[in-house]
Order: sequence, then C-alpha cells, then structure tokens
Amino acid sequence: MDAVTEEGVQETHRGHGFIRKYVFSLDHKIVGLQYFFTAMAMAVFGGVLSMLMRLQLGWPSHSWPLLEKLLPVGMAGGIMKPEFYLSLQTMHGTIMAIFVLTAVFTGGFGNYLIPLQIGARDMAFPLLNMLSYWVYALSCVVVILAFFVEGGAPISGWTAYPPLSAIPAAGPGEGLGQDLWIVAIALFTVSSMMGVLNYITTILQARTRGMTMMRLPLNIWGMFTSSIISLLTFPVLLAAGVLLLTDRLLGTSFFIPSGLVIGEKLVQHAGGHPLLWQHLFWYFGHPEVYIVIVPAMGIAAEIIAAFIRKPVFGYRLMAGCWVAIAALSLIVWGHHMFVSGMNPFLGSVFAFTTLLITVPSAILMLCWVVSLWGANIQFKPPMLFALGFISIFLAGGLGGFFLGSALTDIPLHDTYFVVGHFHLTMAMSPLFAVFAAIYYWFPRLFGRMLNERLAKVHFWFSIAGAYAVFLTMHILGVGGMIRHTYDPTQYEMFQHLQAPNRFVTYAAFVLAASQLVFLFNFFWSLFRGPKAAANPWKVNTLEWAAPDPIPHGNWGARTPDVYRWPYDYGVPGVVQDFVPQHVASIEETSG
Amino acid sequence: MKRSEGTALSVFLTVLVISSAWLFTQRYWWMPEVASVHGPAIDRVFSIVLVITGIMFVVLQLTLAVLVFKFGRNRDVQRRLWSRPRAEKWFAIVAGSVIFMVDVSVYSLGESEWLKAWKTAPADAALVEVTGEQFMWNFRYPGADGALGKTDPALTTSSNALGVDSRDPTSADDVLSTNQLHLVVGKPVRMRIRSKDVIHSFNLPHFRVKQDAVPGMAIEVWFIPTREGQFEIVCNQLCGLAHYRMKAFLTVESQESFSQWISQMTPGGK
Repeated sequence: MDAVTEEGVQETHRGHGFIRKYVFSLDHKIVGLQYFFTAMAMAVFGGVLSMLMRLQLGWPSHSWPLLEKLLPVGMAGGIMKPEFYLSLQTMHGTIMAIFVLTAVFTGGFGNYLIPLQIGARDMAFPLLNMLSYWVYALSCVVVILAFFVEGGAPISGWTAYPPLSAIPAAGPGEGLGQDLWIVAIALFTVSSMMGVLNYITTILQARTRGMTMMRLPLNIWGMFTSSIISLLTFPVLLAAGVLLLTDRLLGTSFFIPSGLVIGEKLVQHAGGHPLLWQHLFWYFGHPEVYIVIVPAMGIAAEIIAAFIRKPVFGYRLMAGCWVAIAALSLIVWGHHMFVSGMNPFLGSVFAFTTLLITVPSAILMLCWVVSLWGANIQFKPPMLFALGFISIFLAGGLGGFFLGSALTDIPLHDTYFVVGHFHLTMAMSPLFAVFAAIYYWFPRLFGRMLNERLAKVHFWFSIAGAYAVFLTMHILGVGGMIRHTYDPTQYEMFQHLQAPNRFVTYAAFVLAASQLVFLFNFFWSLFRGPKAAANPWKVNTLEWAAPDPIPHGNWGARTPDVYRWPYDYGVPGVVQDFVPQHVASIEETSG
Repeated sequence: MKRSEGTALSVFLTVLVISSAWLFTQRYWWMPEVASVHGPAIDRVFSIVLVITGIMFVVLQLTLAVLVFKFGRNRDVQRRLWSRPRAEKWFAIVAGSVIFMVDVSVYSLGESEWLKAWKTAPADAALVEVTGEQFMWNFRYPGADGALGKTDPALTTSSNALGVDSRDPTSADDVLSTNQLHLVVGKPVRMRIRSKDVIHSFNLPHFRVKQDAVPGMAIEVWFIPTREGQFEIVCNQLCGLAHYRMKAFLTVESQESFSQWISQMTPGGK
C-alpha cells in the first residue's frame, strides 16, 4: 500500500519556497534532519552541564575564577552553588533522557528512515509529522528557558519527586523554573504522541508491495516497538505533569499530604500522597529506558547484520524479544520504589517481573553474539560502535541483577552504582548506537563519507572513556557514595572514595574531548568529505535504492517492489555477495 | 586487508575483563564494614549475585573478544548458523531457560531475606521516631512509658520542631535529640520514619538500612546493631538545597552509657 497516490507526487510538492521546503517542511527527510540536528544541539548542551558537575565532584567547592565570568550567578565567587549543581543535575538528566535520546531515535532516524526503508513516499500524516517537530522544538526552548528565570532551573532531579517539586517554598528553582520544566515535558509528550502515532501507522499501513512485517529491517522493528511503548506510557506522564501543575498553581493536593511544615510555615494542602507521583512517573519512567534502548538495539542489530556479510541469526526471535520487552516494560516500574515506603510485598512482585525482563534482553544479546560466529566481520566505524554497543549493554545490563532484586537494592539504591548502571545501559549504549547510525547512514543523509581514521580515534577514546567513567561509578556506589550530592566529601566514610571519584572526572573529560573529534569529523565531512558511492556498504535495505538526491516523495513513478528479507548476504549458491530487497531474480551458481 | 581492529578490540575486551575483575575483587573501595545482625545476609546475597554476574560478564566479554579476533576479514564464511525457524526455536528455549534459572535463583536468594527484613520486630525492641526535615534529623525517644506524645503540625515552632502537644501526658517523658542518635548495642530497635516537609531517606550504610522518609507516612524498619562506635547517618533522597550536608551521627554503645546519655537530655519531647 502507498500512503500517497503514485501519480503526480512530484507535481504536488513542486514549487514551494525555502520556508515550506526546509523550515515548515512536510517531507519526512527534512523533519528527520530537523529532529536530528536539534537533538544534537541539545546533546552538546546537556554534555556541557555534565562536565560542570564532574568539575564540582572532582574538586568539591574549588574556586574556578574563569567560570565565574561565564556563569556569574551559578558560580558566584568562582565556587559552584549547591542549587546550581542540583539544577545542572536535573537539567542534564531531563535533557539527555528525553530531549536527546527519546527524540533522536524515532524522531531523527525514524523519521528519515521509516518511509525509505519500507518503500513509502512519506509518513502517513505529513502535517502531524511537521507539527510533531515544531512542538518538540518549542519544548526544547521552554526547558532551556528554565535556566534563565528567577530562582533558576528546578533542583528536584529529572524525577521531580513531590513535595519538593510541588511546593515553590521547598527550594530555589522550585518556582517558575519547575513550572517551565513541567510545561516543557508536557509539550514534549504532545510532540511524541503526534510522532509515534505517525510511525506506527506508517509502518502498519504504508509498506510497499512485498514488504511484509517479517521483511522489515531490524531497526524498523526496534522503532516500531519503541513507538508502541511511547504510545502506552507518555500519556501517563502528561497526566501526572498536569496534576503536579494544578497542585502547584491551582491549590489541588494530588501529591501533597496534610500537615507539611516548610520553613516553619504550615502548608495549606491536605489529602494527597507523594507516592502517587512516583507510581505515575515510573510507569512512564522505566518504559522510557526501553523507548530509548529498543530502537538502539534495532540499529545495532541492523548494522551488525550488514557487516557480518552472512545472514543474521534470529530475525524472528529478535522481533519477538522486542515485543516481549515492550510488554514486560509496563509491569516493572516498582523496582524504582523498593525503599520508597511502597508495600514490601509489592516489592517482591516487581523484583520478579524486573528479573524476567533479562530473558528477552539476554536472548537478543546472544543472537548478536551467535551472528558473529563464522562471519566475515568488516570493521568499519559503524560496526565498531555496534560491537561496542554489545559490550557496554552487557556490562550495564548485569548491574540490573543487583538493582532488580529488592534485597541487594537496599545498600545500592540512590548510590553511584545506580548512576553507573543506567549510564551504561541507557546513556552509553544508546549513544554508541547513535554513533553507529551516524557513521552508517551519513552517506545516505549527506552524500559524503565521514573520515574513517578520525572515526576510529573517536571509537577507541569513547569506549575506553565510557568504561572508565561508568564502571568506576559502580564501585563508588558499592562504597555507598550517594548520588544527587553536591559534595560527597561531607561524609567521613566517603573520603577514601575521592580518589576514584576524581579519576571518574578525568575520564569524563577524556570522554567529552573525544566527542569533539566526532563533531569536527561530522561538520568537516559534511562539506569536505569524499563523495559517497551509491551503496557504500553494499547492503540490501531499500533506503540505498532510492534515487540520489532523494526527492520529496522518495521514489520515481512507482515505489519499489520487495521480493525478500533484507539479510541475504553471502547466500550459498548465489553469485552476488548481497541481494537487495528490491531485486527480483538472483543469479545462481552451478552446484 | 588487515584485521587489526578485530585484534585491537579483542585485546581491549581482555584488558577490560582483567581490570573489572580487579575492581570488583579489591576491598579497599567497598561497602562499609557491616554493623547489624541482618547486614551479613545482604552482603552474602550481594556476593553471590556478584559471582553469578561476574561469570556472565567474563564469559560473554571474552566470547566477544574471541569472535572479533577470529572472524575479522574472514574469507571462509561459515553458513551453518542460519536464521532457520527450528534453530531459532531451540536456541530461544535453551538460552531462555538458562537465563530464567539464573533469574529464579537470584530472585529466591534475595526474596527470603527481603521478607525476613519486613517481619514484625521482636517484642522487646525499643522504639525511636525519626523525623527528617530540611536539613536535619530529629530523633524522639518515648521514655519510660514507651509511648510517644501526640504531635500536631500546627503547633510547630522553632522551639517545638515536631509540634509536640504538651497536653498529652505521654509526651512528658519523651526525649528529642537533633542529629544525634544513640542506640544500645545488641538491642533490637524499631525506627519509625517520618518527614516534616519533603521526602528524605534515612540511610545507615554500615547497618544496611535505607528507608525513604515520606511526609504523610510513618514507616517502620527494625534492626539490631552489633558493633559499638560512631557512625554517620546519611540523607539518601534528594531533598533540596543542602541535601548534601543533611548528616547526623549514630552512637552505638552499652546500655550503661546509653542510660547515662539519655538521662542528661531534657524531657518533654521538644
């Protein structure tokens, strides 16, 4: 089926000016690139915030006169203020988890790739798609604005637990800053809804002739499953945000119990419950991890499949595992609340469901490992990052056994063990998938190749840096070092942890510096990179079969016909090393 | 073409495995020395889970290392392990069962101890009320009558931090201590954990005790201290500007020194 009638597609979209073509564009490719570049800018911003935090953690309350010039309020006197530290931490988490990683996979790569890879002319609802991006752009502006209002950005963390987040008097940043934070999250949710409905509909309804569900590229399966999780969980976050906002502005008490005394003043609220927020938040918050990691897994699987030059192992199994993860992700949220005051028997149930999710995750991991057996691995930059993804996701995932079991969570809850764990699983792994995707699809997106030598420098420093930073954090957490802390050296018992803590800071600087190599490579190659061949990786998926440059509407008079799954590499008895999906007949060798 | 990246990656993964093994077997940066009766059980489960996950980490990272070393630029592609429905099915069943068994063992190891921790405290357990507030800890002892006086948030003033209602006779012998908690070694204690304002978390790292203090709730946890000494009490839940220095101290001591300490305190619960 095609979303758009085949005749006259070119005609319909001809003659628009610059604004309709590149700004308020209905073309999924432009929308994808808009998402991509916005998320990239947000990532740089969020990364800078984390560097400031690491500076404070490495040398608590040290004076940095130079930084005072750049940040006269937060670093007054050259020393970071505690409230500034906490606002950095809130905004780093919010920006990276939601405004970068949630946006870049389905919004960025999904938008660009879904119609191309399934042989469609565009998204099912192009106008909704454009709106989705512009609401996202607005939400980015609103969230950053929180830094510039009175009191600064909120200090309540990306989880925004009330009553801290519900009562302006509870701390600096809990005034207008927190309101803006909620509004930004609400806008993002609206944007995400418009996006994911579109991706799901497009994948289900706009596939070209012959593109059955079991012939979809693996990364499309990842994006499809991720979109379904988004659809089922983001509305709950929106609802929770609205309730929090009415608690703050209209005097309701959804999350505020009676009898609170803040600054020796009795708070005039009654009847709410703080744990209600935690249930609502984590009902979204944990699936959020899978909203990010499932498309990352899809991309890694897609790229591994391309560079092993043999048919990937476990295609149906992987698709099934993602669906299983999506289903299980909805019933594990309570593992964030083992020590929250939730009924301990509920903790027992959530511990079990949480551990169950390792079954599909482990099977996925083993599918990739088995796929490497007997392969002809091509160590191109995308493949290096995909292999790094496997290694890092494994390391991060294993930490989940400690945190998913209620008993061992007691000493580790809200320590740096958790910070290390989720950064490996849902920050570094997805980031490696993003880099793999950029190195892989850059020639399709921009018609040029990225520099391979710089890419490899980027890879080695990134993987070494990622492990040095986040594996070490696990040990800090075992030592008991608490997270959300402006200065861990306040506690005598954490003094001896300051050496590895400072090591983490040095490693984080190296990790960040290696991203500059990437940024240089990206922008330099954008203009100066060597021209890419039509199908530089010699792969089978449809996006490489589209004309170059790809017009609005993607295909010529007729969308391609699909004859096979995307992983016919090195098939025995076939002359070609690879057989693209739209190739009807294959040349067979004798015997 | 050269296969140097595969070799480099396998060397990297091997170094990773060795350094991780060192990091997680050294004991200098490790959990604070345990000081409660239930603590060793948590540490034991932690160690077993560490061994299980450690084996999986080493085996899988090294498998990856071997594969990238062996099959980089491999001319002789082996095509046996194909996406055949039958192979996939058996692979899923075997791999799924193995990991499921690991899950069940990790779960049951932790679960029995977890439920034990939530059993009712022994009848002779002492009661101490802990009330978190921005940014300090209030500890209230019930005195000889064993009952804590009523509180009313509306009565809260700077000299009556918990809003204790003096008209309630049970409050007369209550003792309030700020940021200093004293407990008797070997004696079970029920901590009734509350908060005046936002969510805090009552964390005693040496005792393997961690429980959020949620306004509107009174949550009880109990434990038995086993070691005399001075320990730090940590606020483990982001509670605002000065969260990082919301610190208190716990002294575990003999019954005699405890009695002496509490007798010096002013009764009235304020």
